[in-house]
Amino acid sequence: MMRIVLCVVYLIAAPFVGCLLDGCDRKITARMQGRQGPSVYQPWWDLQKLLAKERLMVNPSQFYLMASYTVFVVISGALFFCGSDLLLVFFALTTSEMFMVLAASTTSSPYSSMGANRELIQMTSSEPMVLLTAVGLYLATGTFSVAETAAMGGLPIICKLPGFFIGFVFILTIKMRKSPFDVSTSHHAHQEMVKGVTTEMSGATLACETIANWYEHVMLMGIIGLFCLNGTVWSMLLAIVVALAVYFLEVLIDNTSARVKWQTMFKLAWGVTIVCAGVNLFVLQMLR
Amino acid sequence: MKLSRSPWLIHYDCSSCNGCDIEVLAATMPRYDVERFGIINTGDPMHADILLTTGGCNHQNAPVLKQIYEQMPNPKVVVAVGTCACTGGVFKDCYNILGGTDTVIPVDVYVTGCAARPESIIDGVVQALAILDQKYEAYTTDPKAKEGN
Repeated sequence: MMRIVLCVVYLIAAPFVGCLLDGCDRKITARMQGRQGPSVYQPWWDLQKLLAKERLMVNPSQFYLMASYTVFVVISGALFFCGSDLLLVFFALTTSEMFMVLAASTTSSPYSSMGANRELIQMTSSEPMVLLTAVGLYLATGTFSVAETAAMGGLPIICKLPGFFIGFVFILTIKMRKSPFDVSTSHHAHQEMVKGVTTEMSGATLACETIANWYEHVMLMGIIGLFCLNGTVWSMLLAIVVALAVYFLEVLIDNTSARVKWQTMFKLAWGVTIVCAGVNLFVLQMLR
Repeated sequence: MKLSRSPWLIHYDCSSCNGCDIEVLAATMPRYDVERFGIINTGDPMHADILLTTGGCNHQNAPVLKQIYEQMPNPKVVVAVGTCACTGGVFKDCYNILGGTDTVIPVDVYVTGCAARPESIIDGVVQALAILDQKYEAYTTDPKAKEGN
């Protein structure tokens, strides 16, 4: 029963929480750059604007593909907050990204196609760590179930999996498409590839992407929180604090780094995955 | 619902001397910070609501300007920044210059000055926002009436 309630709360509240996080992101970014910045409600107004604009479509299938992307992100988030299998959550998330790549590839725009290619490279860079996170959590808890992992007593799992946690936070920048790893889309007004995957999207199609991002960000923060849970109330508070701290860290990284080439991203992501997750995996196996 | 709360703009340099372009960029910097009005300088016409043009139009860039304008979803507004974008300026009589932005696409707000000051650019964009809201109202009452949007 609790699982269903949590799932429904996620479905209803996640866009609002994601929107507020996005608003805070823009405000903090502005303050870091010495600017006043927009209101924290600005992303909400942006979304309303996008939905009100004309539906100008290069290819009608693009909207349906982006809608599928949103649906799969929502499904993966719902599965996670439902306490389902973590592997299923990650597979649904990867499937959603495939829809985005397809949506970007349906147009003949070179910038959109380049964005699609780079999105695939981003997936190649981050997916090993995502899958290893599931493996790590299994080795530490003996189950892939999110609900059982969250209710597991003893010390929070982060104490057993610090390497996995660092690796996951590292690839979070890729997942959230933030600088220095915003190679598939321009998070800020860099002009080299216009807006990458979203170049040919406007109005409702772009709104789908925005909503999906909010759902995805809340779910990713949920995964961060999962590392800190051990079934007690204080661990829930710790999970919220750690998730917010990680979100702030992502904003800080975004503002203090310039975009890197995809080769550098690939090497760095795999390097961190192999070193952090690999060493942690080795230690876990030794202790078993 | 007000479109003016989230105006994303695209800036196109027709054949400007870069004086006005630098002032446009200055408006996004910490001193003037247009993002406090929700204004984002996007590089993508498909995302944009406001087209900011600088410099006089010539035969080479007129089709490009027209294409950018047509790629923007309705409702949309155009702001011509600087004397050259308004009238062609000192280059008006050159053999290759067509004139101001309005010789190619309809312009809603003219911001004069050589170079236009960031304050006047922001003022021009804020005036354009009122026009954007008017156009949105006309657009919602009759979506088919896209003329002039």
